[in-house]
Amino acid sequence: MKKLTAARMERCIGCHSCSLACARLVHKQLSWNKAGIRIRSAGGLSTGFQARLCLACDPAPCAEVCPTGALTQRREGGVIQKRKLCIRCGKCAEACPVDAIFLDHEVNPYLCIHCGRCVEYCPHDCLEMVEIVSERSQPTQEEAS
Amino acid sequence: MIRDHFRVYLVDLDTGTMQVLERDGREQLCGGGGLAAMLFQEFGHADRPWDDPEQPLIFAIGPLTGYFPLMSKTVCAFKSPYHDQYAESHAGGRSALSMRFGDMDALVIRGRAKRLSALAVGARTFELRDVNFLRGRDALSCGRVIRDMFPGSGRRSMLRIGPAGENRCSYACINVDTYRHFGRMGAGAVMGAKNLKAIVILGDRGFPLPEGKAYTSLFKDVYKQLTDTSIMDKYHGLGTAGNVGALNELHALPWRNLQQTHDPDVDAITGERMAEDRLLRNAACAGCPVGCIHIGYVREKFQENYQYLYRQVGYDYELLFAVGSMLGITDSFDALRLMDTVELMGLDVMSTGVALAWATEAQEKGLVTEEQTLVPLAFGQADDYMAAIEHLARNSNEFYSLLSRGTLKAAEVFGGGDFACVLGQEMAGYATGEVFFAAEGLGFRHSHLDTGGYSYDQKHEEQDVDHAVDFLVEDEKSRVLLCAMVSCLFARGVYSEELLGRALESVGYDKLAGAMPSMAENIQRIRWQTRVQTGYDAAAVRIPKRFREVVTWKGPVDPDYMEALRTEYARRIMEIGAVSEE
Repeated sequence: MKKLTAARMERCIGCHSCSLACARLVHKQLSWNKAGIRIRSAGGLSTGFQARLCLACDPAPCAEVCPTGALTQRREGGVIQKRKLCIRCGKCAEACPVDAIFLDHEVNPYLCIHCGRCVEYCPHDCLEMVEIVSERSQPTQEEAS
Repeated sequence: MIRDHFRVYLVDLDTGTMQVLERDGREQLCGGGGLAAMLFQEFGHADRPWDDPEQPLIFAIGPLTGYFPLMSKTVCAFKSPYHDQYAESHAGGRSALSMRFGDMDALVIRGRAKRLSALAVGARTFELRDVNFLRGRDALSCGRVIRDMFPGSGRRSMLRIGPAGENRCSYACINVDTYRHFGRMGAGAVMGAKNLKAIVILGDRGFPLPEGKAYTSLFKDVYKQLTDTSIMDKYHGLGTAGNVGALNELHALPWRNLQQTHDPDVDAITGERMAEDRLLRNAACAGCPVGCIHIGYVREKFQENYQYLYRQVGYDYELLFAVGSMLGITDSFDALRLMDTVELMGLDVMSTGVALAWATEAQEKGLVTEEQTLVPLAFGQADDYMAAIEHLARNSNEFYSLLSRGTLKAAEVFGGGDFACVLGQEMAGYATGEVFFAAEGLGFRHSHLDTGGYSYDQKHEEQDVDHAVDFLVEDEKSRVLLCAMVSCLFARGVYSEELLGRALESVGYDKLAGAMPSMAENIQRIRWQTRVQTGYDAAAVRIPKRFREVVTWKGPVDPDYMEALRTEYARRIMEIGAVSEE
């Protein structure tokens, strides 16, 4: 199972093509927020850019607090989203330790589902889909020895 | 489409209120430059001076903004402090997408705040805050403070002015997101006159996309063309700075107040050397994968024992011309230090460089004294130019106060009009020949991008006035259409009329797609009419003597041909801009 990583953000030019692609292709929106990946600077453009996206936690705090099952743990990390089940309580965004879930004004959550559709729209190859090395799938020290 | 009409935010700084207006006219004027002219017709006052509080400061985007790559610019329109006529300036950064996602096609600001203020506006935001404590602060440190005062990092644009804008210098710029500018014609002074230090545009909304695959499929095609082919290489790689060496080679790069068009010492400021030695990284406007913004660095030793500081400075061709070759600067750190100073002060870099080049020659010729210039001005002397730039922005004395109103204003008092490199406004860096000089002198924005006059010079040896002027008029028409969309003009090789039509159709603007030729004519006409109504007389434009003395790779400029071009182009412009009696 793969996850999206913003592996080379020092190359980022701040074009927002990734978030626009996510919004366009995944969420059918014209937006740079309603997307699973959002780009921001930390103190102006001179400081370069950061990507806000799901880090594929396992266990995922957002899924743990979701009261309706709209977010459920994905095998080995990240979550599966079922938008129809969402009651827009916003608890997922509160629980996310890295501010990776965007809530729009109607409290709809937008988060990365690790589909990788943004990757081909990054002109500088900042993004990458990588195999998850899950602690669950790792042999324990005892097993390894 | 989001809507078939225009949604306009009208801010009144006198009362601290905002209205949301709806206006028709999309099918006649498209957006951007067309919309801005229409709004000036409604809210502007042709008969009042530029700094009358009631004059509007207008920002406008187009129907494809955000929808397609490189539809990433904003048009800013205002009555210019430079000539007290209607003017436009264009910039990118995050401004266009912030406006799109802030749910506005245009932002019109009128009135004057009681104290120096910052405005925040967006789809669900309106706030006017006192920032009198920022008076006199440079554009970059102002940005740092404003950034912490308002929310929305990553989904907002920040427009601000430096001391030059507050002091109403006629070529003060509006800094957009640090590395972009509404540079020419003094938009920064208009903000200063409104007591407005900064504008934060928060882009917080999203919009549903059309059903079906046509849009996403076309987007993918356009994106691939822009990123997978070599079509945009020149903007992404060396950037426009690549022109420095090329134009120097062509004997078309202005040096030392256009006394020369070539210098063998160009090496340190060529695009190649800048990229190899000074380039830190590229950046992009939001919605553009090209990344044409080139950021270099300067470093300075501020203390013994190897204590250095460094600053990041955006550079490109026009900057390397204006505060590089035009001032005889042949060291890349010196050029970047000058760019940095101009940036901090919030001046237009081209006007600043050209004005100081004139002042230097005026001092050489004894028309102005060091007592007036406060520092000795000599080509190649960067430290003194840095001091002079601050004096300009801060209007330190009568000389700088006059020079900050334009080179010709200073020349009227001190003499030296013959060697003022002014083509409507201080020149752009293309000493390519007669067609460009006439085109920039008369063109709507006095920008080399109004038309491809500079390119025409390079492609045509023959002297055919009618052919050249037909080209200028038709080329302007195609560019005004792009400027109404509002596309970055670097994309003009990609966005043919046919592609623009398909793009408009794919997001539901079918009628617009079918109306493009008439729309282009309407936009061209309303822009010139608005300009003429505010006092523009193309026939009165003169091209200073210095331009008749230029020698390019084609040989000396032909003054008679240039005069014939000027006369005919002026006639055609006034024909287009004629205002009917009704």
